[in-house]
Amino acid sequence: MISITSNPIDSAAVTDAVRDHRAGAVVLFLGTVREFTGETQTASLAYEAFAEMAIASLEEIVAAAQEKWSLVRCAVMHRVGPLELGEIAVAVAVSSAHRGPAFEAGQWIMDTIKQQTPIWKKEFFADGTTEWVHPEQGVPPGRETAPTSAKGTKS
Amino acid sequence: MNVQIQLFAAARDAVGTSPVTIDLPDSPNVADLRLQLAADFPKLNSVAKTLLVAVNQQYADDEQLLSENDSIACFPPVSGG
Repeated sequence: MISITSNPIDSAAVTDAVRDHRAGAVVLFLGTVREFTGETQTASLAYEAFAEMAIASLEEIVAAAQEKWSLVRCAVMHRVGPLELGEIAVAVAVSSAHRGPAFEAGQWIMDTIKQQTPIWKKEFFADGTTEWVHPEQGVPPGRETAPTSAKGTKS
Repeated sequence: MNVQIQLFAAARDAVGTSPVTIDLPDSPNVADLRLQLAADFPKLNSVAKTLLVAVNQQYADDEQLLSENDSIACFPPVSGG
C-alpha cells in the first residue's frame, strides 16, 4: 500500500496492511497537524503533490528501505488537500520479524520522504497569513536513496 | 526549442500559472533552463535560487542535457510529511 489520497487516512488500515505472520513487530508512524510551532499558531494546513513523481518517490524509498533492512511489509499513505489540526497528514507502517529493523526503517522512510518526495506543505496561520513551507537546504540527495544512518532531522 | 515546465507550490504561485513555456537554445541543459526561466519570469526571483528541477520525474543536476520530449517540472524544496 503506497498511495496519495485526499481522503482522511485510516491509520488502522495502514497498520493492517503490514501485519503478517512472518512479522513479530509492527511499527506505525503518523505525521499529524500540530497547532503550535514555538509561539506561532497554525489554523490549518494544505498539502500539494506532484502526484506521479511523488508516488514513484515513495515506492523508491520503500524499495531502498527493504534492501537495507530485513522487513516483511511497508505501507505509506500521504494526504493532500486541506487538513485540520490533529488530522493525519502521513502514515508510515513497517513490519519485520524483530522490532529493531521496524523502528529504524520507519524512521528512515519518514526522514527520506521529508527530504525527497515532491510534496509541499502550506501553512494557514491563526493570524490569517499563509506561507508555503520551503526548507532552506535546497537540493535533496536526489537520485541517491541508499540509507546512511537511521537518525535524521526531527519533524 | 520550446519546453513546457510544470510549476508547483510557491513557484506556481509566484508565476501565477502552470505549466509555462520557454524557448531554449539548441542542446540545452538544466542550467540553461534555469537561466531562461529566471529571465522570462522575474517573479520567480524569490524562489529561484533554491528551485529544484525534475526531468521525466527524476531530479536533474545542472549539467543534464534536455531533449524535445522531456517532461520538466520546477519546484521549491520539498516539505512533505
